[in-house]
Amino acid sequence: MTRRQVALRVNGVSRDAWVAPSDTLLEVLHDQLGLQDVRYGCGEGVCGTCTVLLDGEPVSTCLLYAVQVEDREIVTLLGLLGEGESLHPLQESFLRLGGSQCGFCTPGVILTAHSLAERMPRPSRDEIRHELGGSLCRCTGYTKVLDAIESYLADRAGVGEGT
Amino acid sequence: MEEVGAMTLTFGREAEAPTPMSAVSSPSPGVHTARASRGGEPRRHGDAGFDYVRVHSYDQAVAALTEYGEGAKVIAGGQSLVPMVNLRLVRPTVLIDVNGIDPERPYVEYDHLVIPAMTRHSQLLASPVVQSHCPLLAQAVAHVGNVRVRNRGTLGGSLAQGEATAEIGAVALALDGEITAYGPQGHRIMRSEDFFLGFLTTALGPEELVTGLRLPLAGPKRGWSFHEMTRRVGGTAIVGVAATVELAPDAEVVRFVRVSLIGVAERPVIGEPGATSSLLGEVPSAAHLDAVAAAVAAATRPRDDVLASGSYRSRLARVLTRRALTEALLGAGGRIAAA
Repeated sequence: MTRRQVALRVNGVSRDAWVAPSDTLLEVLHDQLGLQDVRYGCGEGVCGTCTVLLDGEPVSTCLLYAVQVEDREIVTLLGLLGEGESLHPLQESFLRLGGSQCGFCTPGVILTAHSLAERMPRPSRDEIRHELGGSLCRCTGYTKVLDAIESYLADRAGVGEGT
Repeated sequence: MEEVGAMTLTFGREAEAPTPMSAVSSPSPGVHTARASRGGEPRRHGDAGFDYVRVHSYDQAVAALTEYGEGAKVIAGGQSLVPMVNLRLVRPTVLIDVNGIDPERPYVEYDHLVIPAMTRHSQLLASPVVQSHCPLLAQAVAHVGNVRVRNRGTLGGSLAQGEATAEIGAVALALDGEITAYGPQGHRIMRSEDFFLGFLTTALGPEELVTGLRLPLAGPKRGWSFHEMTRRVGGTAIVGVAATVELAPDAEVVRFVRVSLIGVAERPVIGEPGATSSLLGEVPSAAHLDAVAAAVAAATRPRDDVLASGSYRSRLARVLTRRALTEALLGAGGRIAAA
């Protein structure tokens, strides 16, 4: 089968991949580039497990073709890690408050919350809930997820005020 | 960039004969793949292939549609099309990607708000022009899908898809909006009530694309409202209702009223004018508004499906129509007469 080489910018690194037009970005990131933090859940854009940030905004990679996103900035959960693969404060907050159980939905939830926090410094609990309406969790439930995000936002605002 | 055709990538077009399972390239044992088999079908690699063309103008898009014919599909946000491709409900031979068309922002032209087709839902929500001149559109679009759908999905794509539950369709009908299109014969403008024809079917020609939506501007004596019911946030509307009410310039009486509904027919529809016209020249009571809502609901014949029964939809149509009419009336600065 004829394939085409595309240059993808993933987590700040240029990665080349050979793709067919029908290869979704999800298939290329997960199967070809080995990014296990981008996951197939529903294939219809409903569940949120395949979320990445495309130029800073969350998108479903199961509904994008890899040929569409050449030269765009793609960030997966691994892209949020700090120096020496240290956890992002949002991840720390999820760990501390039990916002993650089996963890399958967690990358999408954290990326979605992260983009919200970048856009809106102190969203209300209802605003967070509305933003995460498209991220389905089948085990932890949403209370602890919301607690973890609110705690992160409060910590971040506190740090901001202190400096 | 390249001319249409120059960028065509030829890839495994759909095989003439069904590919036997054993012939499908399968990953090595123990390797987890993103896309597990679904419904016994092999994973996508090796089947459902299509060509891909990126265009940068409506002229190029029309040329590509003309060149590639019936199997070609236009992809904008892809939030309706790609799920259908993933589920094999649609098997395009060529995807014509219009995301390279220069995105314009919504703007005001005389007494209309013009929203270019490639405006994404998230841009509609963030647009001060839309918020101040057509708050109904922003109110309705907040109900569309989830944040990822709103980041990719476009106004033009939603209109062209013609879904029976599309919020933007309800807004276009409630405001008597006009849909602009471009095809081999050039530009044309259609009234929204002439645009939605049937199940996933619009008045667009096979080689025509939606270029935008024109909506009247909000005014001091105009009130608008949108309500919908879903099983969960961002899900498909079971029923949705948009209402607009305009009062007479120097009185409290209703001068214009229109209701539109989604989820009660195979396409977005206008609420029975014979029912809503009884509000004209009136300062309606709550009982009058409920009677109108009941008559609007009674004029629909919603069907049973996996989401809800037809009778539940009828009930929702009545309740949501009453709420939307009441809110639109009050929003216009009107009042509800004592019974």
